[in-house]
Amino acid sequence: MADARAQTRTPVDLAPVTWWFMVRTMVGARIRAQAGFRSSFAADLASQLLLAATEFVEIYVLLHNAPVFGGMNLAQATVVYGLACVAFGVADMLFGQLDSMHSFIREGRLETLLVRPTSLLLQLVTADVQLRRLGRAAFGLAAYLFALSICGVEWTPDKIALAALAPVGGILIFGALFLASGSLHFWVLDGQQAGNAFVYGGRYVSSVPAGALMTPVRVFFTFVVPATLVAFVPSAVLVDAPLPEFTTAGMAWLGIPVGLALWAVVLLVWRAGIRRYTGAGG
Amino acid sequence: MRAYWELAKGGYRRYARYRTAILAALIANGAFGFIRASLLMTAITTAGAAVGGYDLKQASTYVWLGQGLLGAIPLWGATEIATRVKSGEIAMDFLRPVAALGQWWAADLGRAASQVIPRLVPMLVVGTLTTGLALPRHPLPYLLFVVSLVLGVSLTFLAWTLVNLLAMWVVEIRGYHALFMIVMNLLTGLLVPVSWFPGWLRTLADATPFPSMFQTPIDVVMGLAGLEAIGVQAVWLVALVGVAQLMLHRGTRKLVIHGG
Amino acid sequence: MSTTIIDAEELTREFVVYDGGGLRRTRRVVRAVDGLTLRVEPGEAVGYIGANGSGKSTTIKMVSGILTPTSGSVRTCGLRPVPDRRVLARRIGVVFGQRSALWWDLPLEESFPILAAMHRMPRAVWLRRFDVLADELDLSSFLARPVRTLSLGQRMRGEVAAALLHSPALAVLDEPTIGLDMISKENLRRFLARERAERGTTLLLTTHDMGDVQRLCDRMVVIDGGRVAFDGTEADLVATTDAERILVVDLEEPLTDVVRLPDGASVTATEADGARLSIAFRPRQLSAAQVLAAVQAQGEVVELSLAEPAIEDLVRRIYASGASHTASPPPL
Repeated sequence: MADARAQTRTPVDLAPVTWWFMVRTMVGARIRAQAGFRSSFAADLASQLLLAATEFVEIYVLLHNAPVFGGMNLAQATVVYGLACVAFGVADMLFGQLDSMHSFIREGRLETLLVRPTSLLLQLVTADVQLRRLGRAAFGLAAYLFALSICGVEWTPDKIALAALAPVGGILIFGALFLASGSLHFWVLDGQQAGNAFVYGGRYVSSVPAGALMTPVRVFFTFVVPATLVAFVPSAVLVDAPLPEFTTAGMAWLGIPVGLALWAVVLLVWRAGIRRYTGAGG
Repeated sequence: MRAYWELAKGGYRRYARYRTAILAALIANGAFGFIRASLLMTAITTAGAAVGGYDLKQASTYVWLGQGLLGAIPLWGATEIATRVKSGEIAMDFLRPVAALGQWWAADLGRAASQVIPRLVPMLVVGTLTTGLALPRHPLPYLLFVVSLVLGVSLTFLAWTLVNLLAMWVVEIRGYHALFMIVMNLLTGLLVPVSWFPGWLRTLADATPFPSMFQTPIDVVMGLAGLEAIGVQAVWLVALVGVAQLMLHRGTRKLVIHGG
Repeated sequence: MSTTIIDAEELTREFVVYDGGGLRRTRRVVRAVDGLTLRVEPGEAVGYIGANGSGKSTTIKMVSGILTPTSGSVRTCGLRPVPDRRVLARRIGVVFGQRSALWWDLPLEESFPILAAMHRMPRAVWLRRFDVLADELDLSSFLARPVRTLSLGQRMRGEVAAALLHSPALAVLDEPTIGLDMISKENLRRFLARERAERGTTLLLTTHDMGDVQRLCDRMVVIDGGRVAFDGTEADLVATTDAERILVVDLEEPLTDVVRLPDGASVTATEADGARLSIAFRPRQLSAAQVLAAVQAQGEVVELSLAEPAIEDLVRRIYASGASHTASPPPL
């Protein structure tokens, strides 16, 4: 029986290396490896949760001193924070590896990836899926759902749809920011902190009620780095909080379209970066 | 001693070279500066009065000073010492005729010195041109600031060294590292001044050296804190040096007896 | 009055090794160094030879003070290495193969003022010394480059300069010629020989390169299984191992009969149809003169040469004879 099966199975080196095969194999291995170190994994997860919680404490402290902040009260601000955490936590887990492009290039490891027959991006993304970053997403989800429930939202079908789709848009946007930051390394090796400005600055902005930001800053983080579209605008629409200048209710739905558009643009930049790095570009 | 001076020079030169990194850091610091300044100032405007001892201009000053000092004060630390412990390279530090802690400390002070002007001045310029700065007009706070900054840098360095030295006992320090970052992020007054904390959190923060690392030098140069705060820094310094010496002594004994 | 530079007495170092994992973990005690007794006098040059895992690096660590012996004693420059480590650091210079004594991110030349300051060398003194070192070790072409960008060979030369800047009484060098090309090797050896001649620096050199030993050292210590397997000169080594020497004779005409040789000698090769004979003989039993005389009795010898056994062979013989005494493999 076993022999017959062995004969009919396609030899691995003839099977097309599809995206799905790679993702399944590598991610599966990473997950098994990480879940293996039970206690350290649990500790990592806990520390991510704790990190998200302490950052929330900061928001709490700000609002503690000013009951309405950027047009929102504490419960409403928590919706924003929770939604941002979910989006960032998941995006970080999926795409956070791109952050370490700097050390990859420095140590010359990029070369070994480039000579393989699969896309560099796919390899980087599946190289180190950090399950522990879900800790932040878990905290965020809990905060998001809890805060929504105490905000007295008048639930309509489109609000329910918005509440469900907003995280997806956020994940797309943050993912694109990670990729953009990673691409930067093809041009400037020590420029990682500049990239961080947009990824982590964007994250910070997305987690606060953007009405509290100075107009130029808010405009930048809405139309250039669309951080406010991740959490603030959808949340404000959900809880019926006032929207600041240059922001309309319709923009709450822009998360997914903008995220996809951003991905398209950033992928072009990424490809240009690879061409430049391998010397094939102009 | 001459050796420490030379080590400090080495630290200075090593970090003064990273010009692109400094520029990139300025961009990040600038972006965060605007964000933080916005938030703090909105909170004060909404409250209608100064909060925690800071009015609008002071809050702005607090932010820009903070962003400028992030280069000198190593809040995010480094795991270099832990790496040296794991690789055994630390033995080379012990084989020199000068105490290891002194070697690292001197080098870090040199590093900090290389980051003061390139990162503080641009942030202060941006601050003046945008949200405004409120800095004292007499020299005393500035003189005290030099002392307070050296203490702040040293305290941060020592705290990180303690975390790194755990590598002498523990296989993986990443967990402790993460925990330290979490606590430090909150309690140093990086995002929100410690004086804004609700009572219970304020008490907790004041029982740690964290506010002395970052907030104290800033308050000193703004004229909001003086010798008393510097005294607190000095006390923490003595305490942390003591703990570091103890850890090093125990740790080297362990390494030397069990091999490493 | 000069103190013995290294005085090791029954030096022993044990390591605890855990085999296997989970429930079946077994604890094993391994002796990396086992009752090592060694005395090195000032001005000597000792080649410390041993296979990987034979206890070489462990000995060096104990001599320099970064590892405590399990039992036995060691004194370096009259000091106890572990307790007096920082004082000892002023009197010795250590070059490790894998670890660097230099500051990684700084240009090579910037490590030296720091070291000079640590060793409290006056400015004029260390500058002069540095110039000499840079010249003799040929460092000038890469002095301004960060240490992390240097090749292994360049770095080793820099490390040697760093270790000897303060003119220590004892220089401990772990595989110093590794990664060097022939010319650099020769230069380094010449430099070390001169240091020893001019300053009386004692050299303890661990090496796999027999060229280092022959060129630099007047004493060889072979360590195997944590113990001294041999301690003496090269001549002693030849005598001890009784390895064969080879006499190559060129004859006017090939011999008509098979050559008659005394006991202990045998022909290992013939060339040119018998006109050239390679005769191996045991130095304990016969002298070269006796073998030559035996051949000359049978034919006219026009040319001769004498080959010594390769040192590698000699050392291999030491290991081979010692293999039966090794208790258990030492840790890496």
